[in-house]
Amino acid sequence: MGALDGKVALITGAARGQGAAEARLFVERGAKVMLTDVLDEEGKAVAAEIGDSAAYMHLDVTSEQGWKDVVAATVEKFGKLNVLINNAGIITAPKEVHETSLEDYRKVIDINQIGVFLGMREVVEPMKKDGNSSIVNIASIDGLIGMYGASAYCASKFAVRGMTKVAALELGKYGIRVNSLHPGGVQTKILGDIGISEEQADGAFKSTPLGRIAKSEEMATLAAYLASDDASYSTGSEFVADGGLTAGFALEG
Amino acid sequence: MNNLQDKVALITGSARGQGAAEARLFASRGAKVVITDVLDEEGKAVAAEIGDAAHYIHLDVTDENSWAAAVKETVERFGKLNVLVNNAGIVQIKPLVESSVADYMKVIEINQLGVFLGMRTVAGPMKDAGGGSIINISSIDGLIGMSGGTAYCASKFAVRGMTKVAAMELGPDNIRVNSIHPGGIHTPMITQTGMDDSAMNDIFGKVPLGRVGQPEEMATLAAYLASDDSSYSTGSEFIADGGLTAGFSLEG
Ligand SMILES: NC(=O)c1ccc[n+]([C@@H]2O[C@H](COP(=O)([O-])OP(=O)(O)OC[C@H]3O[C@@H](n4cnc5c(N)ncnc54)[C@H](O)[C@@H]3O)[C@@H](O)[C@H]2O)c1
Ligand SMILES: NC(=O)c1ccc[n+]([C@@H]2O[C@H](COP(=O)([O-])OP(=O)(O)OC[C@H]3O[C@@H](n4cnc5c(N)ncnc54)[C@H](O)[C@@H]3O)[C@@H](O)[C@H]2O)c1
Repeated sequence: MGALDGKVALITGAARGQGAAEARLFVERGAKVMLTDVLDEEGKAVAAEIGDSAAYMHLDVTSEQGWKDVVAATVEKFGKLNVLINNAGIITAPKEVHETSLEDYRKVIDINQIGVFLGMREVVEPMKKDGNSSIVNIASIDGLIGMYGASAYCASKFAVRGMTKVAALELGKYGIRVNSLHPGGVQTKILGDIGISEEQADGAFKSTPLGRIAKSEEMATLAAYLASDDASYSTGSEFVADGGLTAGFALEG
Repeated sequence: MNNLQDKVALITGSARGQGAAEARLFASRGAKVVITDVLDEEGKAVAAEIGDAAHYIHLDVTDENSWAAAVKETVERFGKLNVLVNNAGIVQIKPLVESSVADYMKVIEINQLGVFLGMRTVAGPMKDAGGGSIINISSIDGLIGMSGGTAYCASKFAVRGMTKVAAMELGPDNIRVNSIHPGGIHTPMITQTGMDDSAMNDIFGKVPLGRVGQPEEMATLAAYLASDDSSYSTGSEFIADGGLTAGFSLEG
Protein backbone atom coordinates (compact mmCIF):
# COMPACT_ATOMS: atom_id res chain seq x y z
CA MET A 1 0.00 0.00 0.00
CA GLY A 2 1.64 3.25 -1.07
CA ALA A 3 -0.60 5.81 0.60
CA LEU A 4 2.49 7.47 2.09
CA ASP A 5 4.79 7.23 -0.93
CA GLY A 6 6.84 10.42 -1.14
CA LYS A 7 6.37 11.30 2.53
CA VAL A 8 9.26 11.94 4.89
CA ALA A 9 8.08 11.90 8.49
CA LEU A 10 9.73 13.01 11.71
CA ILE A 11 8.18 11.28 14.72
CA THR A 12 8.94 12.27 18.31
CA GLY A 13 8.81 9.80 21.19
CA ALA A 14 9.10 6.99 18.65
CA ALA A 15 11.24 4.56 20.64
CA ARG A 16 8.18 2.68 21.87
CA GLY A 17 4.39 2.79 22.19
CA GLN A 18 2.34 4.72 19.67
CA GLY A 19 5.34 6.50 18.13
CA ALA A 20 7.06 3.20 17.33
CA ALA A 21 3.81 1.80 15.86
CA GLU A 22 3.52 4.91 13.67
CA ALA A 23 7.09 4.54 12.44
CA ARG A 24 6.51 0.90 11.47
CA LEU A 25 3.19 1.54 9.71
CA PHE A 26 4.39 4.66 7.90
CA VAL A 27 7.32 2.81 6.35
CA GLU A 28 5.07 -0.12 5.46
CA ARG A 29 2.91 2.36 3.54
CA GLY A 30 5.80 3.92 1.66
CA ALA A 31 7.22 6.70 3.86
CA LYS A 32 10.73 7.42 5.08
CA VAL A 33 10.85 7.99 8.83
CA MET A 34 13.18 9.76 11.23
CA LEU A 35 12.53 8.29 14.66
CA THR A 36 13.47 10.43 17.65
CA ASP A 37 13.29 9.98 21.42
CA VAL A 38 15.33 10.29 24.59
CA LEU A 39 15.43 6.48 24.90
CA ASP A 40 18.34 5.98 22.50
CA GLU A 41 18.82 2.22 22.86
CA GLU A 42 15.20 1.41 22.20
CA GLY A 43 14.89 4.00 19.44
CA LYS A 44 17.91 2.67 17.56
CA ALA A 45 16.58 -0.86 17.86
CA VAL A 46 13.22 0.07 16.34
CA ALA A 47 14.90 1.96 13.48
CA ALA A 48 17.25 -0.95 12.79
CA GLU A 49 14.37 -3.41 12.76
CA ILE A 50 12.48 -1.26 10.22
CA GLY A 51 15.48 -1.01 7.91
CA ASP A 52 16.83 1.47 5.39
CA SER A 53 13.72 3.63 5.24
CA ALA A 54 14.18 4.55 8.90
CA ALA A 55 16.83 6.32 10.93
CA TYR A 56 17.12 7.26 14.59
CA MET A 57 18.32 10.46 16.24
CA HIS A 58 18.31 11.61 19.84
CA LEU A 59 15.81 14.44 20.42
CA ASP A 60 14.63 15.81 23.72
CA VAL A 61 11.60 17.77 22.50
CA THR A 62 12.23 20.51 25.06
CA SER A 63 15.55 21.40 23.43
CA GLU A 64 15.39 24.18 20.85
CA GLN A 65 18.82 23.37 19.45
CA GLY A 66 17.99 19.67 19.39
CA TRP A 67 15.01 20.41 17.14
CA LYS A 68 17.11 22.47 14.72
CA ASP A 69 19.70 19.69 14.45
CA VAL A 70 17.14 16.94 13.89
CA VAL A 71 15.19 18.86 11.25
CA ALA A 72 18.38 19.66 9.36
CA ALA A 73 19.59 16.06 9.59
CA THR A 74 16.25 14.70 8.37
CA VAL A 75 16.26 16.93 5.31
CA GLU A 76 19.86 16.03 4.63
CA LYS A 77 19.26 12.29 4.91
CA PHE A 78 15.89 11.97 3.16
CA GLY A 79 15.86 15.08 0.94
CA LYS A 80 12.82 16.76 2.48
CA LEU A 81 10.48 16.83 5.46
CA ASN A 82 6.72 16.92 4.92
CA VAL A 83 5.20 15.10 7.91
CA LEU A 84 5.70 15.79 11.61
CA ILE A 85 4.11 13.67 14.33
CA ASN A 86 4.42 15.45 17.67
CA ASN A 87 3.90 12.32 19.73
CA ALA A 88 6.35 12.52 22.66
CA GLY A 89 4.57 13.00 25.98
CA ILE A 90 4.53 12.19 29.65
CA ILE A 91 2.00 12.02 32.46
CA THR A 92 2.77 12.24 36.16
CA ALA A 93 1.23 10.30 39.05
CA PRO A 94 -2.34 11.47 39.79
CA LYS A 95 -2.42 14.41 42.24
CA GLU A 96 -5.22 16.79 43.08
CA VAL A 97 -4.57 20.36 42.01
CA HIS A 98 -3.77 21.62 45.51
CA GLU A 99 -1.16 18.90 45.90
CA THR A 100 0.52 19.47 42.55
CA SER A 101 3.97 21.04 42.81
CA LEU A 102 4.95 23.81 40.42
CA GLU A 103 7.95 21.73 39.44
CA ASP A 104 5.79 18.75 38.40
CA TYR A 105 3.38 21.04 36.59
CA ARG A 106 6.17 22.74 34.62
CA LYS A 107 7.77 19.43 33.68
CA VAL A 108 4.59 18.23 31.96
CA ILE A 109 4.01 21.56 30.22
CA ASP A 110 7.61 21.66 29.02
CA ILE A 111 7.47 18.28 27.29
CA ASN A 112 3.84 17.98 26.18
CA GLN A 113 3.19 21.60 25.26
CA ILE A 114 6.43 23.53 24.66
CA GLY A 115 7.76 20.48 22.79
CA VAL A 116 4.85 20.71 20.33
CA PHE A 117 5.29 24.49 19.97
CA LEU A 118 8.97 24.08 19.14
CA GLY A 119 8.30 21.22 16.73
CA MET A 120 5.67 23.09 14.74
CA ARG A 121 7.92 26.14 14.56
CA GLU A 122 11.02 24.32 13.39
CA VAL A 123 9.44 22.32 10.57
CA VAL A 124 7.72 25.24 8.83
CA GLU A 125 10.66 26.11 6.57
CA PRO A 126 11.17 22.66 5.03
CA MET A 127 7.43 22.07 4.88
CA LYS A 128 6.87 25.38 3.08
CA LYS A 129 9.42 24.24 0.52
CA ASP A 130 7.53 20.99 0.02
CA GLY A 131 4.15 22.72 -0.25
CA ASN A 132 2.07 19.64 0.67
CA SER A 133 2.72 18.85 4.30
CA SER A 134 0.95 17.61 7.40
CA ILE A 135 1.57 18.16 11.11
CA VAL A 136 -0.19 15.77 13.47
CA ASN A 137 -0.18 16.71 17.15
CA ILE A 138 -0.95 13.86 19.53
CA ALA A 139 -3.21 15.37 22.18
CA SER A 140 -5.55 13.09 24.16
CA ILE A 141 -9.15 12.75 25.23
CA ASP A 142 -7.73 14.78 28.12
CA GLY A 143 -7.59 17.64 25.61
CA LEU A 144 -11.37 17.32 25.22
CA ILE A 145 -12.60 16.53 28.73
CA GLY A 146 -11.13 16.60 32.23
CA MET A 147 -9.32 13.79 34.00
CA TYR A 148 -9.28 13.67 37.78
CA GLY A 149 -5.81 14.27 39.21
CA ALA A 150 -4.28 15.49 35.96
CA SER A 151 -4.35 19.29 35.93
CA ALA A 152 -0.99 19.69 34.22
CA TYR A 153 -1.61 16.90 31.68
CA CYS A 154 -5.07 18.26 30.75
CA ALA A 155 -3.72 21.81 30.57
CA SER A 156 -0.97 20.68 28.20
CA LYS A 157 -3.31 18.64 25.98
CA PHE A 158 -5.96 21.38 25.78
CA ALA A 159 -3.13 23.76 24.87
CA VAL A 160 -2.01 21.43 22.07
CA ARG A 161 -5.56 21.36 20.74
CA GLY A 162 -5.71 25.17 20.76
CA MET A 163 -2.29 25.70 19.19
CA THR A 164 -3.21 23.23 16.47
CA LYS A 165 -6.03 25.50 15.33
CA VAL A 166 -3.90 28.65 15.32
CA ALA A 167 -1.15 26.91 13.36
CA ALA A 168 -3.77 25.66 10.89
CA LEU A 169 -4.98 29.23 10.34
CA GLU A 170 -1.44 30.54 9.87
CA LEU A 171 0.13 27.73 7.84
CA GLY A 172 -2.71 26.80 5.47
CA LYS A 173 -1.41 29.27 2.90
CA TYR A 174 1.86 27.33 2.71
CA GLY A 175 0.12 24.04 2.04
CA ILE A 176 0.70 22.82 5.58
CA ARG A 177 -2.24 21.08 7.29
CA VAL A 178 -2.27 20.84 11.09
CA ASN A 179 -4.60 18.56 13.06
CA SER A 180 -4.75 17.05 16.51
CA LEU A 181 -5.25 13.36 17.26
CA HIS A 182 -7.04 12.44 20.49
CA PRO A 183 -6.42 8.87 21.66
CA GLY A 184 -8.51 7.30 24.40
CA GLY A 185 -6.97 4.49 26.40
CA VAL A 186 -4.08 2.87 24.53
CA GLN A 187 -2.08 -0.13 25.75
CA THR A 188 1.37 1.45 26.25
CA LYS A 189 3.88 1.94 29.05
CA ILE A 190 2.60 5.45 29.85
CA LEU A 191 -0.34 3.90 31.73
CA GLY A 192 2.10 2.56 34.30
CA ASP A 193 2.82 6.15 35.30
CA ILE A 194 -0.76 6.59 36.49
CA GLY A 195 -0.71 3.28 38.31
CA ILE A 196 -2.48 1.12 35.71
CA SER A 197 -0.59 -2.15 35.17
CA GLU A 198 -0.56 -3.96 31.83
CA GLU A 199 -2.95 -6.59 33.23
CA GLN A 200 -5.40 -3.97 34.52
CA ALA A 201 -5.34 -1.85 31.36
CA ASP A 202 -8.05 -3.52 29.28
CA GLY A 203 -10.42 -3.76 32.25
CA ALA A 204 -10.08 -0.05 32.94
CA PHE A 205 -11.80 0.67 29.62
CA LYS A 206 -14.52 -2.01 29.75
CA SER A 207 -17.30 0.51 30.21
CA THR A 208 -16.59 2.38 26.96
CA PRO A 209 -18.89 1.68 23.96
CA LEU A 210 -16.31 -0.55 22.24
CA GLY A 211 -15.60 -2.18 25.63
CA ARG A 212 -11.81 -2.44 25.33
CA ILE A 213 -8.53 -0.57 25.33
CA ALA A 214 -6.85 0.29 21.99
CA LYS A 215 -3.65 -1.08 20.52
CA SER A 216 -0.99 1.42 19.42
CA GLU A 217 -1.52 0.29 15.84
CA GLU A 218 -5.05 1.71 15.93
CA MET A 219 -3.64 5.18 16.56
CA ALA A 220 -0.98 4.70 13.88
CA THR A 221 -3.66 4.14 11.22
CA LEU A 222 -5.32 7.44 12.13
CA ALA A 223 -1.98 9.27 12.10
CA ALA A 224 -1.28 7.67 8.70
CA TYR A 225 -4.61 8.92 7.39
CA LEU A 226 -3.87 12.47 8.51
CA ALA A 227 -0.34 12.29 7.09
CA SER A 228 -1.62 11.13 3.71
CA ASP A 229 -3.12 13.12 0.84
CA ASP A 230 -6.43 11.38 1.61
CA ALA A 231 -6.86 14.03 4.32
CA SER A 232 -6.24 16.90 1.88
CA TYR A 233 -9.19 19.08 3.00
CA SER A 234 -8.81 18.59 6.77
CA THR A 235 -6.95 21.16 8.86
CA GLY A 236 -7.37 22.72 12.30
CA SER A 237 -9.55 19.95 13.57
CA GLU A 238 -9.70 17.21 16.19
CA PHE A 239 -9.57 13.52 15.24
CA VAL A 240 -10.72 11.25 18.05
CA ALA A 241 -10.05 7.52 18.44
CA ASP A 242 -11.30 6.69 21.90
CA GLY A 243 -13.64 3.72 21.51
CA GLY A 244 -16.53 6.10 22.22
CA LEU A 245 -15.30 7.19 25.67
CA THR A 246 -16.20 10.85 25.05
CA ALA A 247 -19.44 10.14 23.14
CA GLY A 248 -21.57 10.53 26.26
CA PHE A 249 -22.77 8.81 29.41
CA ALA A 250 -25.21 5.96 29.94
CA LEU A 251 -27.98 5.67 32.50
CA GLU A 252 -28.40 1.96 31.61
CA GLY A 253 -26.30 -0.75 33.26
CA MET B 1 -4.99 0.47 -1.81
CA ASN B 2 -7.60 -2.23 -1.28
CA ASN B 3 -8.60 -1.63 2.29
CA LEU B 4 -12.35 -1.98 1.68
CA GLN B 5 -12.07 -5.53 0.35
CA ASP B 6 -14.69 -7.17 2.56
CA LYS B 7 -17.08 -4.26 2.75
CA VAL B 8 -20.60 -4.00 1.41
CA ALA B 9 -21.73 -0.38 1.56
CA LEU B 10 -25.13 1.22 1.10
CA ILE B 11 -24.80 4.92 0.25
CA THR B 12 -27.82 7.22 0.20
CA GLY B 13 -28.10 10.19 -2.16
CA SER B 14 -25.32 8.74 -4.30
CA ALA B 15 -26.61 9.56 -7.78
CA ARG B 16 -24.29 12.59 -7.84
CA GLY B 17 -22.07 14.82 -5.71
CA GLN B 18 -20.31 13.42 -2.66
CA GLY B 19 -22.35 10.20 -2.61
CA ALA B 20 -21.35 9.34 -6.19
CA ALA B 21 -17.68 10.12 -5.40
CA GLU B 22 -17.91 7.79 -2.39
CA ALA B 23 -19.43 5.01 -4.50
CA ARG B 24 -16.62 5.28 -7.07
CA LEU B 25 -13.82 5.41 -4.50
CA PHE B 26 -15.24 2.61 -2.34
CA ALA B 27 -15.54 0.32 -5.36
CA SER B 28 -12.01 1.21 -6.49
CA ARG B 29 -10.76 0.17 -3.04
CA GLY B 30 -12.48 -3.19 -3.18
CA ALA B 31 -15.97 -2.67 -1.74
CA LYS B 32 -19.35 -3.65 -3.15
CA VAL B 33 -21.62 -0.62 -3.24
CA VAL B 34 -25.35 -0.12 -3.36
CA ILE B 35 -26.13 3.26 -4.81
CA THR B 36 -29.45 4.72 -3.72
CA ASP B 37 -31.21 7.99 -4.48
CA VAL B 38 -34.46 9.47 -5.76
CA LEU B 39 -32.71 10.47 -9.00
CA ASP B 40 -33.05 7.10 -10.72
CA GLU B 41 -31.57 7.94 -14.13
CA GLU B 42 -28.43 9.46 -12.70
CA GLY B 43 -28.09 6.77 -10.04
CA LYS B 44 -28.35 3.94 -12.57
CA ALA B 45 -25.76 5.63 -14.76
CA VAL B 46 -23.25 5.86 -11.89
CA ALA B 47 -23.83 2.18 -11.02
CA ALA B 48 -23.42 1.12 -14.66
CA GLU B 49 -20.20 3.09 -14.98
CA ILE B 50 -18.75 1.40 -11.88
CA GLY B 51 -19.72 -2.08 -13.09
CA ASP B 52 -20.42 -5.36 -11.32
CA ALA B 53 -19.34 -4.12 -7.90
CA ALA B 54 -22.22 -1.63 -7.89
CA HIS B 55 -25.99 -1.87 -7.90
CA TYR B 56 -28.66 0.85 -7.92
CA ILE B 57 -31.82 0.83 -5.78
CA HIS B 58 -34.43 3.60 -5.58
CA LEU B 59 -34.58 4.82 -1.98
CA ASP B 60 -36.34 7.90 -0.66
CA VAL B 61 -34.72 8.12 2.78
CA THR B 62 -37.92 9.40 4.39
CA ASP B 63 -39.76 6.17 3.58
CA GLU B 64 -39.57 3.48 6.26
CA ASN B 65 -40.74 0.61 4.03
CA SER B 66 -38.29 1.50 1.28
CA TRP B 67 -35.45 1.36 3.81
CA ALA B 68 -36.40 -2.17 4.84
CA ALA B 69 -36.68 -3.25 1.19
CA ALA B 70 -33.35 -1.66 0.15
CA VAL B 71 -31.46 -3.22 3.04
CA LYS B 72 -33.01 -6.62 2.32
CA GLU B 73 -32.12 -6.39 -1.37
CA THR B 74 -28.54 -5.38 -0.49
CA VAL B 75 -28.03 -8.40 1.75
CA GLU B 76 -29.60 -10.72 -0.84
CA ARG B 77 -27.39 -9.41 -3.62
CA PHE B 78 -24.05 -9.02 -1.84
CA GLY B 79 -24.42 -11.40 1.11
CA LYS B 80 -24.18 -8.83 3.91
CA LEU B 81 -24.22 -5.14 4.77
CA ASN B 82 -21.46 -3.69 6.92
CA VAL B 83 -21.15 -0.05 5.85
CA LEU B 84 -23.87 2.60 5.68
CA VAL B 85 -23.20 6.14 4.50
CA ASN B 86 -26.16 8.37 5.36
CA ASN B 87 -25.31 11.01 2.78
CA ALA B 88 -28.63 12.12 1.23
CA GLY B 89 -29.55 15.65 2.14
CA ILE B 90 -31.02 18.93 1.02
CA VAL B 91 -30.17 22.50 1.92
CA GLN B 92 -32.58 25.38 2.41
CA ILE B 93 -31.64 29.01 2.96
CA LYS B 94 -34.56 30.85 4.53
CA PRO B 95 -34.66 33.40 7.36
CA LEU B 96 -36.22 32.08 10.56
CA VAL B 97 -39.11 34.56 10.45
CA GLU B 98 -40.02 33.53 6.90
CA SER B 99 -39.87 29.77 7.51
CA SER B 100 -43.16 27.88 7.54
CA VAL B 101 -43.56 24.65 9.48
CA ALA B 102 -43.79 22.85 6.15
CA ASP B 103 -40.47 24.37 5.01
CA TYR B 104 -38.84 23.38 8.28
CA MET B 105 -40.24 19.85 8.35
CA LYS B 106 -39.17 19.12 4.78
CA VAL B 107 -35.51 19.53 5.76
CA ILE B 108 -35.91 17.64 9.04
CA GLU B 109 -37.67 14.74 7.30
CA ILE B 110 -34.86 14.15 4.80
CA ASN B 111 -31.72 15.19 6.68
CA GLN B 112 -32.65 14.00 10.16
CA LEU B 113 -35.40 11.37 10.08
CA GLY B 114 -33.71 9.82 7.04
CA VAL B 115 -30.58 9.24 9.13
CA PHE B 116 -32.60 7.92 12.06
CA LEU B 117 -34.40 5.42 9.83
CA GLY B 118 -31.17 4.37 8.15
CA MET B 119 -29.32 3.66 11.38
CA ARG B 120 -32.30 1.80 12.80
CA THR B 121 -32.77 -0.37 9.73
CA VAL B 122 -29.14 -1.47 9.30
CA ALA B 123 -28.38 -2.25 12.97
CA GLY B 124 -29.70 -5.84 12.70
CA PRO B 125 -27.93 -6.84 9.48
CA MET B 126 -24.70 -5.22 10.68
CA LYS B 127 -24.84 -7.18 13.90
CA ASP B 128 -25.33 -10.34 11.79
CA ALA B 129 -22.27 -9.36 9.76
CA GLY B 130 -20.18 -9.26 12.95
CA GLY B 131 -20.06 -5.48 13.05
CA GLY B 132 -19.96 -2.50 10.77
CA SER B 133 -19.46 1.21 10.31
CA ILE B 134 -22.18 3.84 10.02
CA ILE B 135 -21.08 7.18 8.61
CA ASN B 136 -23.49 10.07 8.95
CA ILE B 137 -22.83 13.06 6.72
CA SER B 138 -23.53 16.09 8.85
CA SER B 139 -21.92 19.44 7.98
CA ILE B 140 -19.95 22.30 9.51
CA ASP B 141 -23.53 23.50 10.04
CA GLY B 142 -23.73 20.74 12.65
CA LEU B 143 -20.89 22.49 14.52
CA ILE B 144 -21.57 26.21 14.04
CA GLY B 145 -24.49 28.33 12.84
CA MET B 146 -25.27 29.47 9.31
CA SER B 147 -27.62 32.41 8.90
CA GLY B 148 -30.73 31.40 6.99
CA GLY B 149 -30.17 27.81 8.01
CA THR B 150 -32.49 27.23 10.97
CA ALA B 151 -33.85 23.95 9.63
CA TYR B 152 -30.57 22.83 8.03
CA CYS B 153 -28.50 23.51 11.17
CA ALA B 154 -31.14 21.91 13.38
CA SER B 155 -31.03 18.78 11.25
CA LYS B 156 -27.23 18.64 11.07
CA PHE B 157 -26.78 19.24 14.83
CA ALA B 158 -29.35 16.51 15.41
CA VAL B 159 -27.37 14.09 13.23
CA ARG B 160 -24.25 14.88 15.25
CA GLY B 161 -26.11 14.16 18.49
CA MET B 162 -27.82 10.97 17.29
CA THR B 163 -24.45 9.69 16.08
CA LYS B 164 -23.11 9.72 19.64
CA VAL B 165 -26.14 7.95 21.10
CA ALA B 166 -26.05 5.28 18.40
CA ALA B 167 -22.31 4.82 19.03
CA MET B 168 -23.01 4.09 22.69
CA GLU B 169 -25.89 1.73 21.97
CA LEU B 170 -24.35 -0.17 19.05
CA GLY B 171 -20.74 -0.35 20.28
CA PRO B 172 -21.32 -3.68 22.03
CA ASP B 173 -22.32 -5.15 18.64
CA ASN B 174 -19.06 -3.85 17.16
CA ILE B 175 -20.89 -1.25 15.07
CA ARG B 176 -19.03 2.05 14.96
CA VAL B 177 -20.94 5.29 14.28
CA ASN B 178 -19.27 8.59 13.38
CA SER B 179 -20.23 11.86 11.72
CA ILE B 180 -18.45 13.65 8.88
CA HIS B 181 -18.59 17.43 8.74
CA PRO B 182 -17.80 18.77 5.27
CA GLY B 183 -17.11 22.44 4.70
CA GLY B 184 -17.92 24.01 1.34
CA ILE B 185 -17.82 21.29 -1.31
CA HIS B 186 -18.12 21.73 -5.07
CA THR B 187 -21.31 19.73 -5.75
CA PRO B 188 -24.72 20.39 -7.33
CA MET B 189 -25.99 21.34 -3.84
CA ILE B 190 -23.98 24.55 -4.10
CA THR B 191 -23.99 25.07 -7.86
CA GLN B 192 -27.78 24.70 -7.90
CA THR B 193 -28.11 27.80 -5.73
CA GLY B 194 -26.80 29.70 -8.75
CA MET B 195 -23.32 30.16 -7.31
CA ASP B 196 -20.64 30.03 -10.02
CA ASP B 197 -17.00 29.02 -9.53
CA SER B 198 -15.78 32.56 -8.97
CA ALA B 199 -18.44 33.28 -6.33
CA MET B 200 -17.54 29.96 -4.68
CA ASN B 201 -13.86 30.88 -4.64
CA ASP B 202 -14.65 34.30 -3.16
CA ILE B 203 -16.40 32.64 -0.24
CA PHE B 204 -14.23 29.58 0.32
CA GLY B 205 -10.98 31.27 -0.73
CA LYS B 206 -10.99 32.76 2.78
CA VAL B 207 -10.60 29.45 4.60
CA PRO B 208 -7.04 28.50 5.70
CA LEU B 209 -6.57 26.13 2.75
CA GLY B 210 -7.84 28.88 0.44
CA ARG B 211 -10.20 26.85 -1.74
CA VAL B 212 -13.48 24.98 -1.95
CA GLY B 213 -13.34 21.23 -1.27
CA GLN B 214 -13.93 18.53 -3.88
CA PRO B 215 -16.33 15.60 -3.40
CA GLU B 216 -13.39 13.17 -3.77
CA GLU B 217 -11.84 14.71 -0.64
CA MET B 218 -14.91 13.75 1.39
CA ALA B 219 -14.94 10.30 -0.15
CA THR B 220 -11.42 9.60 1.18
CA LEU B 221 -12.54 10.51 4.70
CA ALA B 222 -15.64 8.32 4.39
CA ALA B 223 -13.41 5.50 3.12
CA TYR B 224 -11.18 5.87 6.16
CA LEU B 225 -14.16 5.61 8.50
CA ALA B 226 -15.58 2.66 6.55
CA SER B 227 -12.27 0.79 6.75
CA ASP B 228 -10.78 -1.18 9.63
CA ASP B 229 -8.10 1.52 9.87
CA SER B 230 -10.58 3.44 12.05
CA SER B 231 -11.27 0.48 14.34
CA TYR B 232 -11.08 2.48 17.60
CA SER B 233 -13.11 5.53 16.49
CA THR B 234 -16.78 5.75 17.35
CA GLY B 235 -19.18 8.49 18.43
CA SER B 236 -16.98 11.26 17.16
CA GLU B 237 -16.89 14.09 14.62
CA PHE B 238 -14.58 14.04 11.60
CA ILE B 239 -14.16 17.44 9.99
CA ALA B 240 -12.93 18.21 6.47
CA ASP B 241 -13.58 21.91 6.01
CA GLY B 242 -10.28 23.40 4.86
CA GLY B 243 -9.97 24.95 8.32
CA LEU B 244 -13.21 26.96 8.15
CA THR B 245 -14.16 26.17 11.77
CA ALA B 246 -10.59 26.40 13.15
CA GLY B 247 -11.00 30.03 14.18
CA PHE B 248 -10.96 33.62 12.97
CA SER B 249 -8.23 36.04 12.00
CA LEU B 250 -7.84 39.73 12.84
CA GLU B 251 -5.13 40.04 10.17
CA GLY B 252 -5.95 40.93 6.55
N1 LIG C 1 -1.48 5.54 26.15
C1 LIG C 1 -2.54 6.28 26.34
O1 LIG C 1 -3.53 5.81 26.92
C2 LIG C 1 -2.60 7.69 25.80
C3 LIG C 1 -3.85 8.32 25.78
C4 LIG C 1 -3.96 9.60 25.26
C5 LIG C 1 -2.83 10.24 24.78
N2 LIG C 1 -1.62 9.62 24.83
C6 LIG C 1 -0.46 10.37 24.29
O2 LIG C 1 0.14 9.61 23.27
C7 LIG C 1 1.51 9.98 23.12
C8 LIG C 1 2.38 8.74 23.04
O3 LIG C 1 2.34 8.06 24.29
P1 LIG C 1 2.36 6.46 24.44
O4 LIG C 1 1.01 6.05 24.86
O5 LIG C 1 2.94 5.85 23.23
O6 LIG C 1 3.32 6.29 25.73
P2 LIG C 1 4.88 5.93 25.84
O7 LIG C 1 5.26 6.35 27.21
O8 LIG C 1 5.10 4.52 25.45
O9 LIG C 1 5.59 6.84 24.74
C9 LIG C 1 5.97 8.17 24.98
C10 LIG C 1 7.36 8.37 24.42
O10 LIG C 1 7.74 9.76 24.58
C11 LIG C 1 9.09 9.76 24.98
N3 LIG C 1 9.46 11.02 25.66
C12 LIG C 1 9.17 11.38 26.93
N4 LIG C 1 9.74 12.57 27.20
C13 LIG C 1 10.38 12.96 26.09
C14 LIG C 1 11.16 14.11 25.74
N5 LIG C 1 11.40 15.10 26.62
N6 LIG C 1 11.68 14.18 24.49
C15 LIG C 1 11.46 13.20 23.60
N7 LIG C 1 10.75 12.10 23.87
C16 LIG C 1 10.21 11.98 25.11
C17 LIG C 1 9.25 8.56 25.88
O11 LIG C 1 10.62 8.20 26.00
C18 LIG C 1 8.42 7.51 25.16
O12 LIG C 1 9.16 6.79 24.23
C19 LIG C 1 1.81 10.90 24.31
O13 LIG C 1 1.78 12.24 23.88
C20 LIG C 1 0.66 10.63 25.26
O14 LIG C 1 0.39 11.75 26.09
C21 LIG C 1 -1.48 8.36 25.33
N1 LIG D 1 -21.87 20.62 -0.76
C1 LIG D 1 -21.61 21.14 0.42
O1 LIG D 1 -21.03 22.24 0.50
C2 LIG D 1 -21.98 20.42 1.69
C3 LIG D 1 -21.45 20.90 2.89
C4 LIG D 1 -21.74 20.24 4.08
C5 LIG D 1 -22.54 19.13 4.06
N2 LIG D 1 -23.07 18.66 2.90
C6 LIG D 1 -23.91 17.46 2.95
O2 LIG D 1 -23.36 16.47 2.13
C7 LIG D 1 -24.38 15.55 1.71
C8 LIG D 1 -24.25 15.31 0.22
O3 LIG D 1 -24.56 16.50 -0.48
P1 LIG D 1 -23.84 16.94 -1.83
O4 LIG D 1 -22.97 18.10 -1.51
O5 LIG D 1 -23.26 15.79 -2.52
O6 LIG D 1 -25.11 17.55 -2.64
P2 LIG D 1 -26.01 16.91 -3.82
O7 LIG D 1 -27.21 17.76 -3.86
O8 LIG D 1 -25.19 16.77 -5.04
O9 LIG D 1 -26.35 15.44 -3.30
C9 LIG D 1 -27.41 15.15 -2.45
C10 LIG D 1 -28.12 13.92 -2.97
O10 LIG D 1 -29.16 13.57 -2.05
C11 LIG D 1 -30.28 13.17 -2.82
N3 LIG D 1 -31.54 13.29 -2.07
C12 LIG D 1 -32.25 14.41 -1.77
N4 LIG D 1 -33.38 14.09 -1.12
C13 LIG D 1 -33.39 12.74 -1.02
C14 LIG D 1 -34.31 11.80 -0.45
N5 LIG D 1 -35.46 12.20 0.14
N6 LIG D 1 -34.00 10.50 -0.51
C15 LIG D 1 -32.85 10.08 -1.09
N7 LIG D 1 -31.97 10.91 -1.66
C16 LIG D 1 -32.24 12.23 -1.61
C17 LIG D 1 -30.26 14.09 -4.03
O11 LIG D 1 -31.04 13.57 -5.07
C18 LIG D 1 -28.78 14.16 -4.34
O12 LIG D 1 -28.39 13.17 -5.24
C19 LIG D 1 -25.69 16.18 2.16
O13 LIG D 1 -26.13 15.55 3.34
C20 LIG D 1 -25.32 17.61 2.44
O14 LIG D 1 -26.18 18.21 3.39
C21 LIG D 1 -22.81 19.29 1.70
